[in-house]
Amino acid sequence: MFVTTAPTAEKNRINKAERTAAPVLTGAEIFIESLVKEGVDTIFGYPGGALIGLYDYLYKNNQLRHLLVTHEQGGAHAADGYARATGKPGVVLVTSGPGATNTVTGIATAFMDSIPLLVFTGQVPSNMIGNDAFQEADILGITRPITKHSFLVRDVADLADTIHKAFHIAVTGRPGPVLVDLPKDMLAAKTTYFPSKNIDLPGYKPTVKGSFRQVRNAAGLLQSAKKPVIYVGGGAILSNAAKEVTEFARKLNAPVTTTLLGLGIFPETDDLSLGMLGMHGTWYANKAVDDCDLLIAIGARFDDRVTGNLKKFSPHSKKMQIDIDPSCIGKNVPVDLPIVGDIKTVLAELNTCVESCDSSEWLQEIAQWKIEHPLRYREIEGSLKPQQVIEALSKATKGNAIIASDVGQHQMWVAQWYQFTQPRSHLSSGGLGTMGFGVPAALGAQVGKPDRTVIGIVGDGGFQMTSMEIATAVRYNIPVKYVILNNGYLGMVRQWQQIFFDKRYSNTHLNPTNPDFKKLAESYGAFSLRVKNIEELHDAFDKMLAIDDRPVVLDVWVSPEENVFPMIPANGSFADILEGNE
Amino acid sequence: MKHTISLLVENSVGSLLRIAGMFSGRGFNIDSISVGASEEKGMSRMTIVTQGDDEIIEQINKQLHKCINVIKVFDLTQEAFVHRELALIKVKATQAERLEIMQIVEVFRAKIIDICPSGLTVETTGTEDKINAIISMLRPFGLKEVSRTGRIAVKRDFQGSVN
Ligand SMILES: Cc1ncc(C[n+]2csc(CCOP(=O)(O)OP(=O)(O)O)c2C)c(N)n1
Ligand SMILES: [Mg+2]
Repeated sequence: MFVTTAPTAEKNRINKAERTAAPVLTGAEIFIESLVKEGVDTIFGYPGGALIGLYDYLYKNNQLRHLLVTHEQGGAHAADGYARATGKPGVVLVTSGPGATNTVTGIATAFMDSIPLLVFTGQVPSNMIGNDAFQEADILGITRPITKHSFLVRDVADLADTIHKAFHIAVTGRPGPVLVDLPKDMLAAKTTYFPSKNIDLPGYKPTVKGSFRQVRNAAGLLQSAKKPVIYVGGGAILSNAAKEVTEFARKLNAPVTTTLLGLGIFPETDDLSLGMLGMHGTWYANKAVDDCDLLIAIGARFDDRVTGNLKKFSPHSKKMQIDIDPSCIGKNVPVDLPIVGDIKTVLAELNTCVESCDSSEWLQEIAQWKIEHPLRYREIEGSLKPQQVIEALSKATKGNAIIASDVGQHQMWVAQWYQFTQPRSHLSSGGLGTMGFGVPAALGAQVGKPDRTVIGIVGDGGFQMTSMEIATAVRYNIPVKYVILNNGYLGMVRQWQQIFFDKRYSNTHLNPTNPDFKKLAESYGAFSLRVKNIEELHDAFDKMLAIDDRPVVLDVWVSPEENVFPMIPANGSFADILEGNE
Repeated sequence: MKHTISLLVENSVGSLLRIAGMFSGRGFNIDSISVGASEEKGMSRMTIVTQGDDEIIEQINKQLHKCINVIKVFDLTQEAFVHRELALIKVKATQAERLEIMQIVEVFRAKIIDICPSGLTVETTGTEDKINAIISMLRPFGLKEVSRTGRIAVKRDFQGSVN
């Protein structure tokens, strides 16, 4: 590993000459320089004692756009939303101690959904670490299980390389959050700015290309299927493989169902689309998975919200799985044909040899199920159904908006009723299920995608967990839109209480103490309307979509005790599906 | 089944914590873990003894590969390997008992490395079984302190029998 050969000796000499010519910079300057080099244009941050020196450089240097968020949790979710919408890593900068600990929920959210996030935390000066100094927290220790990797900078000479390593780890392989802890003295210290040309991480070599033999084997298996289902997860979006997934499905002539995080990878307007599967997936997606003879998992990890009872999940099928993370393969469900590799690369290869399988009868059967068991809800004169709101929004935006949802019933209605046609357009906390994600994630997405319409759809509960980020949107004239599906309840919990706990609504009422959301939004300087019926809704959507200079908040009152159906109760199987009586 | 996994890891405090934390966070067992410098500069060798069925062991191996500080993972259980553990045992010993203890030590090919009026310190290396055996032989005299390293192991390059 440390062998020196003559050419490297030569290289070393050249390096030495270059090093002498390199500028001497402070850690803070190196930090900015390194981020710019990584192509960062925006950071979401919040200052404090440990970072005050660095913030002085941010003031003097305008290469990086720094957005002052209102709470560090919001900063982390905003950077996450930025990353999900753009495909570029999100960057967060926070001070030591409470600044750092406030990002924990945001980091865990990104970790569970494999989102590339760079979290830079200020830290007390090196010589005070471990002394319980003012605003000291062992943030590396706290975040170790929720980061892909983390670094503490102990020598300013390592700073530039550490930052580049952190970016490399965050965006390659199975992406994820990486934290870099920056002691105050490291930012003030000076050193020769001379970053290495190559990133040296001997323990890190993600597999990108799938094994040739496995790909050939897969082609054989695919051709022999009569009832295939393609099951696509967030990994395919992270790999930017929408084109390859679509081509694969059309070539094989197989239906496609997606997870919550996979929505948008395949146009839901296509006949081959089954919509979402799992606990609140469509009847026909779950039926198809239950009946199929080949299940092709692409960047999906057989999460319990998808499979329910593992013993009864897709019992008749062979399983094929493509994933970049070997530890995802065979973790929950035994797999007959695994391919480790980057989805885009593997599918491109597979697409060169795949042909249509004999699926016509199967597709006919599915078409019949779609007619017999569609997604449905019952409209009621004079009241707004939440599903109706999402359906109307899908039409008003032609399925082209970026939708960030929060967590709860409204999140499932978004997944069911908004017709996604493009990847990176549906942003949702799937793995961790973090209430409070929606408001800042939509903000971050709008920052990253200024030309798209970005709408956060949130519940009245979750909205209040991070609604202060509206102040951030107002501060920078970010025209992000919010639709609160206001049902006066912690609706998703109430639904479980109704079905499984005999309607004992323990601590899930939010009314009559919910604030006046319209006044709240207006007090921040946002535009806001209250909506109580379908006419007001159409009018409000028109007004909302026309505004482009400040945030908009619609407080939409929907029928309070509506439930999300279909539903497969936790740990159940397709046989247990509840269709509801709506 | 018991598995002995040998890791080459970057030499940093963070490495040990990440690996140990991965085991506890995912509910995997650690029977023993021992770390020390390896033949490569800046790298430590870590030997972990763990248990689980085939699926769990497969996950453990995959998760270890995922740790960025881990350079190499060898599950030695698949191959022939040699393993040893070191123990230091402080045992009470009256004047009259010393001779008997020294005989036990001899039989086990252990060593006495310290002596004081009230007792002896015994050093022994071997397999866990051997160490368990000598400890149980010494227990009746009264154990004052036992310190064991946990297993360290290397693959046998010569895969035939060396007996
Ligand atoms: C931070 C956090 N706390 C608690 C929960 C548990 N939880 C899941 S959904 C839900 C209710 C959400 O209510 P609301 O935001 O009003 O959305 P609704 O279900 O009514 O659409 C709760 C409490 C969670 N997911 N996240
Ligand atoms: Mg609600």
